[in-house]
Amino acid sequence: MEQLKTIGRELAMGSQGGFGQSKEFLDLVKSIGEARSKAEEDRIVLHEIETLKRRIAEPDIPKRKMKEYIIRLVYVEMLGHDASFGYIHAVKMTHDDSLLLKRTGYLAVTLFLNEDHDLIILIVNTIQKDLRSDNYLVVCAALNAVCRLINEETIPAVLPQVVELLGHTKEGVRKKAIMALHRFYHKSPSSVSHLVSNFRKRLCDNDPGVMGATLCPLFDLISVDVNSYKDLVVSFVSILKQVAERRLPKGYDYHQMPAPFIQIRLLKILALLGSGDKLASESMYTVIGDIFRKCDSLSNIGNAVLYECICCVSSIYPNPKLLESAAEVISRFLKSDSHNLKYLGIDALGRLIKISPEIAEQHQLAVIDCLEDPDDTLKRKTFELLYKMTKSSNVEVIVNRMIDYMISINDNHFKTYIASRCVELAEQFAPSNHWFIQTMNKVFEHAGDLVNIKVAHNLMRLIAEGFGEDDDAADSQLRSSAVESYLLIIGEPKLPSVFLQVICWVLGEYGTADGKYSASYITGKLCDVAEAYSNDETVKVYAVTALMKIYAFEIAAGRKVDMLDECQSLVEELSASHSTDLQQRAYELQAVISLDARAVESIMPSDASCEDIEIDENLSFLNSYVQQALENGAQPYIPESERSGMLNISNFRSQDQLEVSMHGLRFEAYELPKPPVPSRIPPPLLAPSAELVPVSEPSYSRETHQVATVTSVSDAGSLELKLRLDGVQRKWGKPTYSSPASSTSNSSSQNTVNGTTQVDGAGNVNSKARTTYDSRRPQVEISPEKQKLAASLFGGPSQTEKRPTSASHKVAKASSHAAEKSQAPKAVVVSNEVTVEKTNHQPPPDLLDLGEPTVATSSAPLVDPFKQLEGLLDTTQVTSTVNHGAVGATESPDIISLYANTPASVQSSSAEISVPANKDDINVTSTLATQFTKGPNPKDALEKDALVRQLGVTPSSQNPNLFRDLLG
Amino acid sequence: MIHFVLLISRQGKVRLTKWYSPYTQKERTKVIRELSGVILTRGPKLCNFVEWRGYKVVYKRYASLYFCMCIDEEDNALEVLEIIHHFVEILDRYFGSVCELDLIFNFHKAYYILDELLIAGELQESSKKTVARLISAQDSLVEAAKEQRSSISNIIAQATK
Repeated sequence: MEQLKTIGRELAMGSQGGFGQSKEFLDLVKSIGEARSKAEEDRIVLHEIETLKRRIAEPDIPKRKMKEYIIRLVYVEMLGHDASFGYIHAVKMTHDDSLLLKRTGYLAVTLFLNEDHDLIILIVNTIQKDLRSDNYLVVCAALNAVCRLINEETIPAVLPQVVELLGHTKEGVRKKAIMALHRFYHKSPSSVSHLVSNFRKRLCDNDPGVMGATLCPLFDLISVDVNSYKDLVVSFVSILKQVAERRLPKGYDYHQMPAPFIQIRLLKILALLGSGDKLASESMYTVIGDIFRKCDSLSNIGNAVLYECICCVSSIYPNPKLLESAAEVISRFLKSDSHNLKYLGIDALGRLIKISPEIAEQHQLAVIDCLEDPDDTLKRKTFELLYKMTKSSNVEVIVNRMIDYMISINDNHFKTYIASRCVELAEQFAPSNHWFIQTMNKVFEHAGDLVNIKVAHNLMRLIAEGFGEDDDAADSQLRSSAVESYLLIIGEPKLPSVFLQVICWVLGEYGTADGKYSASYITGKLCDVAEAYSNDETVKVYAVTALMKIYAFEIAAGRKVDMLDECQSLVEELSASHSTDLQQRAYELQAVISLDARAVESIMPSDASCEDIEIDENLSFLNSYVQQALENGAQPYIPESERSGMLNISNFRSQDQLEVSMHGLRFEAYELPKPPVPSRIPPPLLAPSAELVPVSEPSYSRETHQVATVTSVSDAGSLELKLRLDGVQRKWGKPTYSSPASSTSNSSSQNTVNGTTQVDGAGNVNSKARTTYDSRRPQVEISPEKQKLAASLFGGPSQTEKRPTSASHKVAKASSHAAEKSQAPKAVVVSNEVTVEKTNHQPPPDLLDLGEPTVATSSAPLVDPFKQLEGLLDTTQVTSTVNHGAVGATESPDIISLYANTPASVQSSSAEISVPANKDDINVTSTLATQFTKGPNPKDALEKDALVRQLGVTPSSQNPNLFRDLLG
Repeated sequence: MIHFVLLISRQGKVRLTKWYSPYTQKERTKVIRELSGVILTRGPKLCNFVEWRGYKVVYKRYASLYFCMCIDEEDNALEVLEIIHHFVEILDRYFGSVCELDLIFNFHKAYYILDELLIAGELQESSKKTVARLISAQDSLVEAAKEQRSSISNIIAQATK
């Protein structure tokens, strides 16, 4: 029986074209399939590698056998193991005359070798020969290899032949030649820059496949240099028109769409060409409008084309009609049940919002749904959208949301990304200094190790310089709020190093500035930090410098300094540190403390971190000394750059570049050796410090000079990094994505009392309710929190909901009244007066009190807050009805029928197959394979079926679809 | 541009890999491990895109096989989803209702087909007919070249050896 089973399986495989594969290989694949664990799989593969190593080295292997070995190598490599011992055999196989073997060889080398592999050079010759072959299949195989293997250095070897093939009679060859040139362009743009005319010519190729392929390199060329291709706009538009009108052969149709992949490529190109060019854009409007109309919005591919249309519309010179169609499509995407479409909708919204910011408001609830969706991908995309629509009125909500999300994820890549976004938004739109500091604290606390060090420097700089206005009071308030918050945080365990550096610096600079905290308190905290993070040298350096500053300020202010014991011991410990930097700072600290007030003040002036420090790079004060030495017969100094002829380090600011150039390889050729110039022989090297020593300056001033430079290093460092200061200054400027008008209306609606906002809201809604959706449906599913969020994000109509609930009895009544009759403005005006005087006495309404009974009983015992809410919802939530009602009622049947036609439904039914499959997936799938007619031979199928019956596996009669294959 | 194509079974077994951007063997293993961890655990109703290390990975499940393609952030994800489907349809036409087993035992053929569809990370041919014609031209040449030896009896003999 066991054997019979095996035969059955083999049979199944044999008929599927497992041609020429030996039992050994089949067994290998099978045993891998049956492996229960990764370890077992690895063991099998390692064994296979041993076998192959032995076999492949045998002399006189028949070619057919060799081919199988190569395929087995491919298999091994695919499973993630190293098969490099066999690469050379694959290379050899490409030399073979037989196409069968050659093709296998090419396949293997394209899979094995990266373009920088040493063996490539052995293949180039073969490729050259094959590109000249009479057999177009050989040429195709060689071109495939060209696309994968040819690197920058070998391009010239094959380029002429590939260009020649552009005129080949077979369209398949022309197409591949185009793609090969496209690949060359990626590798080295200059290599094909002279071939642009060839691409233009191929655009008019009579084979649509070749034309479609030509669009790839053209897209890249155009994205680099738009202006030299403006003349092609007409051609692209006419091609797109013809494609949309189904002029291409039927073979290019895909799910009833005419050549959608070509359409998408053309739209991408048009987006580039029309960007910022009114004239070019105008010639595209008609065809894009046509596509909007013609596209089948029920199929995936139709939606893909529509999405590309939106991208195009948002890129070219705006046209109101097209924008309207785009907005329509977006709202359809967002209302869809499919997460894919929602994702695209959010993405498209982000693009369109740049042109018409008001469109976001219509979709606020959909956006919030996406933000709270369990699907991470969708959530991230939504954050991206929120980032784009941030303005000063909603920055707090958005950044807080982002930070919450940032804390909740583990993916470092995205964490870094979102942290930098938070910082950027906070810098641009921060409503208050306090909020800004708090936000930065949170970002640093949770993602400190991931954010760029520049962000930290930027923060320090910001605190030091203030917000750019000449308002010292605000600046010092900012500083004291920063100090306060840092003193709160400093005790927390395991703070990121970058954050601690900021804390230390700020505490050192401003810890005692406002006189709220004593020096001993701050220094105690700093010592704690230095001790708690004793293995982080940078933090210790910052802490010691901060200590020094605080003591210096104390001395300068004429107060007596008593060093804390812990401080004393810390300094002593550090003065014996292995790090010379730490040591030096510790000694400096001790030296500074022993000086008198006048000296200290000139060394460490208070709040001088923003002062420009003049650095005499030329050391001009040494000129007289140098002059004197030269007169005494010393050799002139030769700059190091001239001495070594290698690196230019005259500018110490280029330290980064220096590092890079030291680590990287030199690519330019070595210079010719210079003839020796005797007078230019470098003098015996003087240590730089030795030069300083003989200067006849009083030692006192020298020391001060040194100390000053030490402190200035850190300051200068942060100054020099040239951070995004522009962003900082923009903080109070115009919000990015909103016109000033819309933002003011937002803020005004926030400030006004209930009645007026009501009108505002209702008016808004009415204008939106142009579409004829029924708004009478109860809106239970939208939670108040969501609306609150929507309101705070978009500043839209739903803002009104939350107000009345926590306001007084009368206000609540009035507003509910207003809500019921929101159509009648008179009533609103009346209630308006009441609310004006009432709300003036009310504390700012607390939105969170919504459900709490205390509020309900104390303020409005008779009025159910929820009822009011419903009343409001009825009128104001038209947008949400559109969301839920429309999808549920009108579109769902269509969607169902759509899915019945697409493989998606098959997918779900066939997914059941795999349930038993996890026991032994090869077994089950192979029996599966036997049950269904594979290929055209019904007799085979019958035999297989009989076999399966013998084996005791019968297909379930209940669900004949169950055993469908991948596609059904 | 498509950076790589992966076919992974529901159990996380690799069925086919094609790399259009350079990755070392070590990176490849890491990518596969990382992605299969992300993709195989995603629920059925979620969207078919995953944002990953600054790229987007588009995947689709067919029976117990996941087809994944990694693309640039700004690429049209839905289009790539349809490229995957296009590939599956071509495979289906070639193998005659394709199943995972076909791909397991004839992975090299799947590679040939993929090579006709995608080249250097771009879709080179969107017509199913053209791809099918090229593949069958290659196959017929191959058939003519090799001797017919895969008769059933031969295999039975091997199996019972």
